[in-house]
Amino acid sequence: MRVFVNGDEKDLNARTSLAELIEQLDLPAVRIAIELNREVVRRSDWGGTMLKDEDRIEIVHFVGGG
Amino acid sequence: MSTAATAASPKEKLIIAGREFSSRLIIGTGKYRSYEQMRSAHEASGAEMVTVAVRRVPLDRSSESFLDYLSPALQILPNTAGCYTAEDAVRTARLAREALQTDLVKLEVIGDQTTLFPDNEQTLEAARILVKEGFVVLPYFNDDLIMAKKLLDAGCAAIMPLAAPIGSGLGIQNPANLRIMREQLPDATMIVDAGVGTASDAAIAMELGADGVLMNTAIAEAEDPAKMATAMKLAIEAGRLAYVAGRMAKRLYASASSPLQGVIR
Repeated sequence: MRVFVNGDEKDLNARTSLAELIEQLDLPAVRIAIELNREVVRRSDWGGTMLKDEDRIEIVHFVGGG
Repeated sequence: MSTAATAASPKEKLIIAGREFSSRLIIGTGKYRSYEQMRSAHEASGAEMVTVAVRRVPLDRSSESFLDYLSPALQILPNTAGCYTAEDAVRTARLAREALQTDLVKLEVIGDQTTLFPDNEQTLEAARILVKEGFVVLPYFNDDLIMAKKLLDAGCAAIMPLAAPIGSGLGIQNPANLRIMREQLPDATMIVDAGVGTASDAAIAMELGADGVLMNTAIAEAEDPAKMATAMKLAIEAGRLAYVAGRMAKRLYASASSPLQGVIR
């Protein structure tokens, strides 16, 4: 299936959870937050959230700012 | 007695939604030449709260956690910088809360790329939503009394008027607006956000009755950020003291300080 992660197209196996996506992307799970189709997904729900074709995922962290 | 002295609050600390801060300086984390330089500036400033921005994680490279360079003692204030709509600002605030477990947010909804002036209408809309969702909202906005009143009515924990465009270092462009805001809203927590360029600007903001000053570029782009951070710390303390002390009335002509009598002839 095809999803969009931070605007970039990504091919994933069917039945991939949000937690598995984070693992595949090799991202540190701390101090990041995830939005799935414009709604925040709580960290505790990452494991149980299965992705669907055409899902739009935003993964954010923190950078310097004023 | 001057109006400034009458309006001066006896409170010694900066209070935001019941949270007390000994330092009235809030500083940014952007634009430093290195994380080390940022850290030494933070230490020198005595600030207890720092702003950070929320951005997409780069997927093509491992990114070291910038937050590791912040002292754990610092209160982190995420901002919604870069957002041009209330909706994007609300989404950004929600993401920040989820990642940092803090309900504080510096609300910033920009209306124009060149000036980075706020879109007050979108800011107000976002403020209303975020307050309803339990956020402690600190909004950046134009130095306008009526907008300040609307933001406070919406439940914002403080008002953060700009002094000049973000990153411009122009200093306080409209002191009268800040003074009017202070006098008309004596109970509001007013933090001057953006436009300060050097220590005297920060002192003036405080002398006008601000409860605090938020700055980034003035420190980060100084030749020696740590020294400038110290200067800002002292300026804010001096300005606050001067405000509480109540300045003398201005007069057009001289008034001798030495007795007029007894001068030798």
